[in-house]
Amino acid sequence: MADLHINFSGIRSPNPFWLASAPPTNSGAQVHKAFEAGWGGAVWKTIGAPVLNVSNRYGAWHYGEQKMVAINNVELISDRPIEINLREIRDVKRNWPDRAVIVSAMVESKPEAWHDVVRRIEDTGADGIELNYGCPHGMSERGMGSAVGQVPEYCEEITRWVKEAARIPVIVKLTPNITNIVSPARAAASAGADALSLINTLNSIMGVDLDTLEIMPSIAGQGGHGGYAGPAVKPIALNMLSALGTDPIVAASGIPISGMGGISTWKDAAEFLLLGASSLQVCTAVMHYGFRIIEDLCDGLSNWMDSKGFKTVAEITGKSLNRVSEFKDLDLSFRTVARIKPDKCIKCNLCYVACNDSAHQCIDLITGAGSVVQPYSYSVRSNGKEDAVSTRPQPRVREEDCVGCRLCYNICPVHECIEMVELPPYRASVTWDQLSQSQREVTEDWEAMNRYREQQKIHIH
Amino acid sequence: MSHKIEDLKACDRSQAGTRSLPQLKNTNPANGSLAELLPPLTDHEALVEANRCLFCFDAPCTHACPTHIDIPGFIKKIATDNILGSARTILEANLLGATCARVCPVQELCEGACVLGAEHKPIMIGRLQRYAMDHVYRRGIHIFQYAPSTGKRIAIIGSGPAGLSCAGELARLGHSVTVFEKRELTGGLSTYGIITLREPMEIALAEVEMVKRMGVEFRTGAELCSSLTLSELRMQSDAIFLGCGLGSTPQLRIPGEEHVVDGLAYIEQSKLDPSHLDVGQNVIVIGAGNTAIDCATIAKRLGARQVTIVYRRSDREMTAYEHEHEFAREEGIEFQFLTQPVRILAENGIVFGLACVQMALGESDSCGRRTSQPVPESEFIMPADQVVKAIGQEKPSLASLLGLATAPSGHIAVNGNFETNIPGLYAGGDAIRSSGACSTVMAVEDGKLAARAIHKQLTGLPVPEAL
Repeated sequence: MADLHINFSGIRSPNPFWLASAPPTNSGAQVHKAFEAGWGGAVWKTIGAPVLNVSNRYGAWHYGEQKMVAINNVELISDRPIEINLREIRDVKRNWPDRAVIVSAMVESKPEAWHDVVRRIEDTGADGIELNYGCPHGMSERGMGSAVGQVPEYCEEITRWVKEAARIPVIVKLTPNITNIVSPARAAASAGADALSLINTLNSIMGVDLDTLEIMPSIAGQGGHGGYAGPAVKPIALNMLSALGTDPIVAASGIPISGMGGISTWKDAAEFLLLGASSLQVCTAVMHYGFRIIEDLCDGLSNWMDSKGFKTVAEITGKSLNRVSEFKDLDLSFRTVARIKPDKCIKCNLCYVACNDSAHQCIDLITGAGSVVQPYSYSVRSNGKEDAVSTRPQPRVREEDCVGCRLCYNICPVHECIEMVELPPYRASVTWDQLSQSQREVTEDWEAMNRYREQQKIHIH
Repeated sequence: MSHKIEDLKACDRSQAGTRSLPQLKNTNPANGSLAELLPPLTDHEALVEANRCLFCFDAPCTHACPTHIDIPGFIKKIATDNILGSARTILEANLLGATCARVCPVQELCEGACVLGAEHKPIMIGRLQRYAMDHVYRRGIHIFQYAPSTGKRIAIIGSGPAGLSCAGELARLGHSVTVFEKRELTGGLSTYGIITLREPMEIALAEVEMVKRMGVEFRTGAELCSSLTLSELRMQSDAIFLGCGLGSTPQLRIPGEEHVVDGLAYIEQSKLDPSHLDVGQNVIVIGAGNTAIDCATIAKRLGARQVTIVYRRSDREMTAYEHEHEFAREEGIEFQFLTQPVRILAENGIVFGLACVQMALGESDSCGRRTSQPVPESEFIMPADQVVKAIGQEKPSLASLLGLATAPSGHIAVNGNFETNIPGLYAGGDAIRSSGACSTVMAVEDGKLAARAIHKQLTGLPVPEAL
């Protein structure tokens, strides 16, 4: 059976799943309950400067019947007195020596303020400190949170202050609200950060109430941007995670990354690990379903590791990073076509309309007799389920015209009905990079490109 | 010529809508069991169901619908909280969307064709349609506006689904339309012939009100063939549409017939005045169509201890839909197949039984249904204190009165434009349909297509794409 233990820059936990610094880690009682449920660690809700919170602080985005595909919040850092937090951190750590207890901190951008908070955190016996450079609302207006994370120089300077005082591992948590995530990561690494974590929440406005014309959620008639998180942000998080893993400077620093951003299931977790995370943090899924989800997170991950023959989490970390490519290095000769399985097809024609309106017009409707028909070709007097079902045409891909764009595959509602079939390439393997080196004019001039296409028999209609 | 309309002037005072509607008594708790069977979907139920719809392109549900409502379109609009737009989408294809949402055999039509039917449950299209229709009717929202007048005058005979649909479609196109209805109430079959369990009368009357707001005039108590000749009506009108439906229930032609209750009258009274409907303790319904099941349901729900449907052929030949048959069995209604009534047993005017013979199935008839033959010396008696007949309806009597050509089945013959052999005289609905299946929605489509044909004939113009 797979070993889920991790050693993250010296912070040990029985599994890679930590609660992210967020409402679920607001108090000792909550973290205690989470550890009872099986969570490997917890990053305490950020302590630091004094704050006051507002009501209606969480907004949500629902899609169809799926509630809370994303959450947004304008909740600030912990609004509980710092002494109480520190006492509860100490109690929790004493009761749970095998779990990772990390304390997130955010104070004014003064060295003495950071030195002070680091010492007070270390006094609790906590295993690590996470520097909250990510919070995009409220705290940033006061020069903290993402106001730091967005400026690599600040990021570097504050990390240095912390490292001057800290004896336990320091994790720098990055904000995604930045053009290039690599810059603050490099800055933190060069300042001696022991680890990185990402992503914090994204700037967002959840919507406008169409009755009142107020921002949702309305806080006494007003609203504004809040931090956006949950399943909808996962692809953004994976991209930023892989950007760090594939950056030679960050990678060379050797510091581990704690991944987060929409992790809801063990599958999400495995993907974060494969793209370079060594520990994982979860918030929205817990806010939605409670601490109990840890059981399947561990069980599912463990079963998948067993099925793949992976023994440890460390073995998985970054295993798919070598699969991350820039476009210029992709094989232009690679060829797939979509194929619709008639025995699975329910003839909803979603592939037909997608292909014909938005892609390459290469799906036809075929009658039982084998001829191509246009949609809505039945007579106005035809009706009844027998007529409708027995005469309904079958969508079929004209493979010679299919560019393998994969749109139909993506929208088909039936499991395993449309298959992307890999076909032998028409021509020798070549990347754009190779092409621009070997035949530069082809990549710069349309006439040369057209000649190249003719020579290569590339026909794009 | 004796083709007349009864005293049109006298009818002016009895226009539907200007009079108070009869107090419906089925809301009385004693008769609560006749109340509409399916509850309306809640907002949340409708949203969940609407979101389940895949939004098929060139959807089979739309094909299967005789009026070709853009079903994925109206369902998507429910999902986006555009219920008004959803209702408009429905009504643009089918002015009787509220009735059809309730009475259509959706299992045979839209829902039967739903792509989710094979592995999952089909979308509840009928109930979603009802949800959108209820939204506008409950709020009194008027969807359609008056079109500029064309000056053309059209007379519609009959205010049932075919006539109402035709009238409304013509009014939308700007024509002056007058509907002549021989009964006291408008709405035809929807008002008088659909049991409350499926469609409360208010729904049918509300649809008439909607068509009235579109500028259509209604004259009730006005029957063709009484005092005004067809030719007079033709002189007053640029076109006439006959949506007169079918005739009365045929004779059983067996002794004691006078003691038999007519099924259509039975249903009618269950709607107009259920507390005075005489329901037996042991009721036999003769016939096995949907009307027979409706009659049996009324009897069962209004207190009969035993209700038995008697049919001369087997369950495979019965014309009631399979889901109706199942519904009847769940209601506790019994079926006695291969049984032919031969005489009513009554004493002093009180029915005490039905004499029947056993039947055996024989050859298939021209429709593919197997005929049945009496088994010699098989007569037996079924005890009963009420016998109801629901054995179909006579062909429209207007056909012969007006000298109209008929199909071999006896229905009025029309061409592809719904025009009879008399130019300018159109017909649709049950009067022209040899098969009774899905009669309401088919009648609505007839009315709509006939309206378009009339419009084209009178103006030379096709119907505009967007009205």
